[in-house]
Amino acid sequence: MRVPLGWVREYVEIGLPVRELARKLTFAGLEVEAVDYLGLPEPAGDERPECKVTGVAWEPSLVVVGELVEVEPHPDADRLVVARVNDGEGVRTSVSGAPNLAPLAGTGPLAEPLKVAVARPGARLVDPGQRGRRLKRLEPATIRGVESRLMICSEKELGLSEAHEGVLVLDADAPPAGTPLAEAFGDVVLDIAITPNIVRNASILGVAREIAALTGATLEPPSTAVEAGGPPVAEKVTIEIRQPELNPRFTATLLEGAAIGPSPFWLRHRLLLAGMRPISNVVDVTNYVMLELGQPLHAFDYDALARRAGGTPKIITRLPEAGERLTTLDGEERRLDEFTVLVADTAGALSIGGIMGGADSEVSDATVNVLLEAAAWNFLNIRRTVLSQQLDSEAGYRFSRGVHPAMAPRANLRAIELMRRLAGGEVAAGMVDVAPLPPPEVVVTLPQAEITRALGVEIPRDEVVGILEALEFGVETEGEGEGAVLTVTVPDHRLDVGQGAVGVADLVEEIARVWGYERIPETQIHDAMPPQHDNRALELEERCRDLLAAMGLQEVVSYRLTTPEREAAALRPGAEPDPRPYVELQNPISSERRVMRHALLPSVLEVAAANARHRDSLALFEIGPVYLPRAGEPLPEEPGRLALVLAGALSDGGWDDGGDGARPADLYDLKGVLEALAADLHLPPLEFERGRHEAFHPGRAAAVRLADEPLGELGELHPQVRDGYGLPFERVVAAELDLERLLAAAPERFAVQPVSAFPPVVEDLAFVVGEAIAAADVERSIADAAGGLLRDVSLFDLYRGDQLGDGLKSLAFRLTYQAEDRTLTDGEVAELRREIVAAVAAATGGRLRE
Amino acid sequence: MLEELKRAEAEALEELPAVADGQALDAWRVRHLGKKSALKRALAGLGRLSPEERPAAGREANRAQQRLEAAFERRREELERAALEVSLAAEALDVTLPGRRPRRGRLHPATHTLRRIAAIWAEMGFQVYRSREVETDELNFQLLNFPPFHPAREMQDTFFTTTPDVILRTHTSPGQIHAMRERCPEPIRVILPGMCYRYEQITARSEIQFNQVEGLAVGPGIHMSDLKGTLTDFARRMFGAGTRTRFRCSHFPFTEPSAEMDIECFLCGGAGCRVCKHAGWLEILGCGMVHPVVLANGGYDPQRFSGFAFGMGPERIAMLRHDIQDIRSFWANDLRFLEQF
Repeated sequence: MRVPLGWVREYVEIGLPVRELARKLTFAGLEVEAVDYLGLPEPAGDERPECKVTGVAWEPSLVVVGELVEVEPHPDADRLVVARVNDGEGVRTSVSGAPNLAPLAGTGPLAEPLKVAVARPGARLVDPGQRGRRLKRLEPATIRGVESRLMICSEKELGLSEAHEGVLVLDADAPPAGTPLAEAFGDVVLDIAITPNIVRNASILGVAREIAALTGATLEPPSTAVEAGGPPVAEKVTIEIRQPELNPRFTATLLEGAAIGPSPFWLRHRLLLAGMRPISNVVDVTNYVMLELGQPLHAFDYDALARRAGGTPKIITRLPEAGERLTTLDGEERRLDEFTVLVADTAGALSIGGIMGGADSEVSDATVNVLLEAAAWNFLNIRRTVLSQQLDSEAGYRFSRGVHPAMAPRANLRAIELMRRLAGGEVAAGMVDVAPLPPPEVVVTLPQAEITRALGVEIPRDEVVGILEALEFGVETEGEGEGAVLTVTVPDHRLDVGQGAVGVADLVEEIARVWGYERIPETQIHDAMPPQHDNRALELEERCRDLLAAMGLQEVVSYRLTTPEREAAALRPGAEPDPRPYVELQNPISSERRVMRHALLPSVLEVAAANARHRDSLALFEIGPVYLPRAGEPLPEEPGRLALVLAGALSDGGWDDGGDGARPADLYDLKGVLEALAADLHLPPLEFERGRHEAFHPGRAAAVRLADEPLGELGELHPQVRDGYGLPFERVVAAELDLERLLAAAPERFAVQPVSAFPPVVEDLAFVVGEAIAAADVERSIADAAGGLLRDVSLFDLYRGDQLGDGLKSLAFRLTYQAEDRTLTDGEVAELRREIVAAVAAATGGRLRE
Repeated sequence: MLEELKRAEAEALEELPAVADGQALDAWRVRHLGKKSALKRALAGLGRLSPEERPAAGREANRAQQRLEAAFERRREELERAALEVSLAAEALDVTLPGRRPRRGRLHPATHTLRRIAAIWAEMGFQVYRSREVETDELNFQLLNFPPFHPAREMQDTFFTTTPDVILRTHTSPGQIHAMRERCPEPIRVILPGMCYRYEQITARSEIQFNQVEGLAVGPGIHMSDLKGTLTDFARRMFGAGTRTRFRCSHFPFTEPSAEMDIECFLCGGAGCRVCKHAGWLEILGCGMVHPVVLANGGYDPQRFSGFAFGMGPERIAMLRHDIQDIRSFWANDLRFLEQF
């Protein structure tokens, strides 16, 4: 909301410099986002502005009021005129191409000189040839042989708008020629962000009221007195409200015999400063009063209504009939929702109530009699309509945030009188005011102790009363000190204060923000500490991240929105697509981000692909949720997952080994990472078995199990999947695991093995087994047979060769035996070995390789 | 004989400094202390002396032998030391060659920032509480005092799903309701970190997904002054001991009174710089006293309980702390970016 301070000053005195005023407003919840100096110079020395500051200064000696006394045709150019202007120092010539001066050319000396804004050479004004506000210094010029000693300014050159079609014409009662323009019309505009709860301050009067409360000044609201003379308006129009809960009040006044024309400069100037385009006196007044009071208004051409009615018009506000349509002022024919409230007459719809008028009944240059509407609307229904119709308007903006029904008659009277003064004619007596659902008066009981309880500081009762009264609340007090109770009546310009406990909170905020948040002390919570709760899942998840990072993997965090096609890219071509439903967006911002992911691995593979261009090895992991809809439930499951991708060497080659000391990662590296992770989390050992997964090479995939539950899959990417991602590695290994199952298996505590004082016995045993025998089966036989004395068994060599013969392989294990209470004898070890060899032979057919 | 002995010793000692390596030293030892050395010969000749002369000569011969052996030992050590120095000199490294760094992984910057924030709050007694990302309209809005079609919803552009009234949470605030309903009537101090989603164009300044860390304290005697004190403590831990804060009135439907907290710019100390747009202050978080409607929706009687809540954007904080220019860097996962953390 652009708020010209010159306008605000009409209702309140401002005794503060602009910077301080802006700061006060900002701290009180009216955030001043920008300050725009239009005409007045920016204050010097403001090196730390707390918001954006812009401006166009009108130098007092160079930009002044001028009096145009005569316009002559240019002797040498059809489209130009030579204006003779008194700038206070004498009459000088000015060559101009302004179309609004052309009709005056050659008509001789003007009967009444025309007041304009003129600039002398050297003035720095806005360059009309460029967009926005680029400043340019005015040079004296001779145009087609005629010397131009002054420039008559357009709105654009003065920074008031983008309009550069004609020159700006001031009012006849503007100050005399030579008066610095800045002195007469210079102003400062505050751009204030209005949060949804304070739409009452999307008005000049609202901001003036805030300033009064914040600075102790007195608020003087505009008058609503009307000079009426015509027959009663009640004889000229009737009103019927069919949906009082959606349209609780409708008022109408009538101005007869108006002359539509341009508004005077003072009004146009204010509209321009506030960012609105002047149109005509009648329309401008509706906008002016909307900006002034915050109540939108709508002007109808009364004769158009009478014509439609074939007599005395009857305004009906109602919901649309089935299939009803309306062409709004923006030229669009609109299909109406069943909740759209229409302003209609007996002939049909006229406008969308509270949002936008219809083309049929709009005021035009030919309008003589103006019916002026000011009404109240249900704000939620207005916003619903604005959203559904995608219809932004100043009226819809205000009504969708709530305008109190009491504002309607005030604004109507204020506007109709202003219209009469500007457009002439006679106001019909009275006002038609239909208010079937008056809002209840809101009275809040506010114990002083509640203010202290909320804020943690005692604000003296009289200060509280003063703040509330400055904001126009009615206050009655009973009792003293902390025992005082205030009975507070909410003023009828605001809808944001509730009843009961909500009302108390609403009032406490009002008191705190005016008293000053900065005056509230900083304290520590005195309450007892709440009971602590277990947070194991999070702690284990974080431990998991640390362990994986320590093993050399980089954490990534990817978008959780994806597409089914992107997820399918992680499956081999021709694989069955994932049949499970997705959480799908109704309004995706992009077709590339339209469902919530089912899996983590595709995103991590995308990250791998994006980085492969500048990396010759990758080690990545991601931890995060996936989103799995459940039949019959509105909300999906969001289980945690862990995905890992390795490609290329896990360690760096050195500068002294030719760089080729590093071996590309394969399935066993990834398996090792998972085993190490499981070991560090003190999980039972992971079990790996041949698996099948459409992402992986059919012969190089494993299913991982933990305590007989499936945990996930790992494998080497199927070459077609790898190529699909454009991953330039011979092998890419990847895994996706159920994080929750993994972490749930972590024991709460673990016991350490005592360190034996007796020496271990280490023995290497190699077994020759068939190719089909899994190493894990041999290892299991060894462990089962060796029993409690076996401390460790690990495969250290896998050998195939002619010595063994076809279809056979040798698996060499290193076994460590140790007892806690004695040194093992050779006999004991020999006995263990015999048992192991027998067990392996029995289980796998393997024989000891001598 | 004594003369002979003296001459042999003098000769041996004279030769010794010229002995330059272990081999030569061994040869010297054989020559002067070996079986055929003058010394040994002299010792062997002791028998030929008279019993009167024998003890003194024997003593002298033994002393000469001890002196030569000591000289030998000294020389041996000298030679060893010299040899070691030569070999050490030969083994000198070019210490300016690059070090071999162990390959290690790193955590994502979002994780780093979330952990730092969580660690500070943990020390102040606020535990992490997590809740779901796909939410109902009721939890994300209505119970937080945003009725349907309420204009405050305009501040949070929402992703709707194809299931009616199911949306992607626009803030972590629904966690407030989850936590209160689970913990009521216990007092509460929690932070609620997690991913949120908004219907926004993806630009250098805005993202469709972002982390938020919400905080909630509920108890029988929590005041706005506690909110100011606690958040100022947090700011001093997060941004530096001398950090100044200021609180401006703002609006959130689920808190009242509501405020924005600014901190004095930690880059310029408030003097004004590019990051704080020359204002000297940075907007860091929104906060306020929990709205009575929200307390009641969580199960707490607003007459007996009060609370404060706050919410901040860890990515924004990371951007300020690390001078990150583009918020898209977080989910783009370019390793050249990630590896700087």
